[in-house]
Amino acid sequence: MSTETTTPTISNDNTLSRRGFLMKLGILFNGLVATALAVPIVGFLLSSITRGRANGYLSWVPLGPITKFPEGETRLATFRNPNVMPTDGKTVDTACWVRRVAGDQFQVFAVNCMHLGCPVRWFPQSGLFMCPCHGGVYYRDGSRASGPPERGLFEYPNKVQDGLVTIQTGELPTPGQTAALAGRKSPCA
Amino acid sequence: MRMIAKIGGWFDRRLQLGAPIREAAEHPVPRDTASWFYVFGSAALVVFMLQLVTGILLSFIYVPSAAEAWSSLQALNHDVTLGWFIRALHGWGSNFMVAIVLIHMVQVFLFGAYKYPRELTWIVGVFLLLMTLGMAFTGQIMRFDQDAYWGLGIGASIASRVPIVGPALVKLMLGGPIIAGATLSRFFALHVFLIPGLLIAFVGLHLLMVLKLGINEWPMPGRIVKRGIYEREYHELTKKDGAPFVPYAIWKDIFFAAFILLAVAACALYFGPFGPTGQPDPTIIQTVPKPDYFFLWMYALLSLLPPSMETPALLIGPVIAIAGLLLLPFISGEGEKSWRRRPIAVLTVLLLAITFGTFTRMAQFAPWSPHMNAWSGNPVPERFVHGTTALERQGALVFEAKQCRNCHSLGELGGQRGPNLDKVAVRLTHDQLIRQVIQGGGNMPAYGKNLSPAETTALVAFLQTLHPAGQAPARDASRELVVEHDKRPGAHR
Repeated sequence: MSTETTTPTISNDNTLSRRGFLMKLGILFNGLVATALAVPIVGFLLSSITRGRANGYLSWVPLGPITKFPEGETRLATFRNPNVMPTDGKTVDTACWVRRVAGDQFQVFAVNCMHLGCPVRWFPQSGLFMCPCHGGVYYRDGSRASGPPERGLFEYPNKVQDGLVTIQTGELPTPGQTAALAGRKSPCA
Repeated sequence: MRMIAKIGGWFDRRLQLGAPIREAAEHPVPRDTASWFYVFGSAALVVFMLQLVTGILLSFIYVPSAAEAWSSLQALNHDVTLGWFIRALHGWGSNFMVAIVLIHMVQVFLFGAYKYPRELTWIVGVFLLLMTLGMAFTGQIMRFDQDAYWGLGIGASIASRVPIVGPALVKLMLGGPIIAGATLSRFFALHVFLIPGLLIAFVGLHLLMVLKLGINEWPMPGRIVKRGIYEREYHELTKKDGAPFVPYAIWKDIFFAAFILLAVAACALYFGPFGPTGQPDPTIIQTVPKPDYFFLWMYALLSLLPPSMETPALLIGPVIAIAGLLLLPFISGEGEKSWRRRPIAVLTVLLLAITFGTFTRMAQFAPWSPHMNAWSGNPVPERFVHGTTALERQGALVFEAKQCRNCHSLGELGGQRGPNLDKVAVRLTHDQLIRQVIQGGGNMPAYGKNLSPAETTALVAFLQTLHPAGQAPARDASRELVVEHDKRPGAHR
């Protein structure tokens, strides 16, 4: 029964026993390892954000020869998103509305309504874009006509290069980030 | 028989679970809790287990890849034996689970079961509700079709409106700059690992607290909950008027659970699986995305709120709602439990039920959405063109060709975004019609640039014929005076 007297007990006084010290050292060691592991784990989790810094996702994509787009008309064009992963399937194919104002002057609109992102459709007869979800309507130049959207359609920066209409794209246009996407500084920045 | 008892004994000597399980099963509960009102919690648990089983079964076939998900669902629906039925069970199970969790919550609220000492049980329950809704939303994404794709776009649009971190949130949510393979994979991880893991842990906590604190007694008007003495009163109640939970109360849970499972199976068998709708191909823009049933109210809310209210409502509304639910047991943790003495509680439930119900009902018709094919698909009712002049008929053609019909109905057909125009001539004079068409206003785009003067003249001529036979069209009395005045000799000097 003499062993009972030597069983370690959690001491109430402030003296640090050898085992108590080792336990604390062990916890500290685990804390260090956890912190070291957290760096790559958090880095992995946030990679989709950090990669996008400094417009890392954006690049110029051709929509087709300029002759495909008659002057004064608005046509649907499709393009493949510049960043493709093997599991993306059809989701990287994207549509946009191309309006050839005159000559080399183009306006390229995202199909995504500036209200909540539903695909807007062009009606050439009335010269309006209409959204099927909540009834947002835009004029032919993309400006807001009526309905819940607070602003006009998102416009991709575009240029005509070697007879091809090209746009700068790579990110889903959403109401909160469009200012940054179009290369303009947002009023809050 | 003795052999089974012997084997059982062998296990129990090692596991030592028999006694605590028996104790939990036979713990005394107040007799009046053996009620049909007390069966929803266990029913939610049973449907959750059905979801776990059918979910695991679906994962035998389902491929969580943006390139393959849609075709693997088609295979489940059409090629795999009874795949359609397992999908239907999982889909209907999801609807039933949300519904039962909500009913359970309303019952707990009206019976004052969230009050002292069961505050934490309620708080864990609020998280269980949020996770259930999270499962419903991520489940809708798993059905990777057009609705899922554009639903994600709507989610991204909402997330992007968060000040400062909005754009980063969107990329975190989508797993990249656009809705693509990484998006589905991360929602799969949420739907299959993260949220179910948390759900199982929280359900365990929830049940543990129900066992430790005892089931809420039937609320009696005038029996007041007070901190400190409630436990003693409850203990006395179970001693004086208690009965063992098994079998006294549990038989109703068992019957109701079986009934609910049967109802899920019947719906699955009769209505079949949900979708998938069209392929998740963003170049197909001929689509009208709609959320699943339990998010329809949001669809309505987002159409009906004034634009300036939308972002605050989207970002602050949920915070207030969740904070309110979490704080409820601290705001009214004591006092009356019976709904007979809590009129505000009853009115709150009724108000919320009517509000959500109305929004859901409206979203099924979506009167705010233009009918995209009305202009080319709906005929002009004969009575509106009968006996009209060539100019008026030309106007009717302009009306159709310029998509007016997408937002305005004639007769029964057409969009409901704008007002019905069957009697528009009674409401607006000739000049007002011209002004409305050219300048728009109200919620109507201006057509000035898209109509030639001849088209406008014809259109207004047609609109002026739209009045009931016995009712004259609106006229501007002052205009007639001007015309009269002009006719007088010497008017034009």
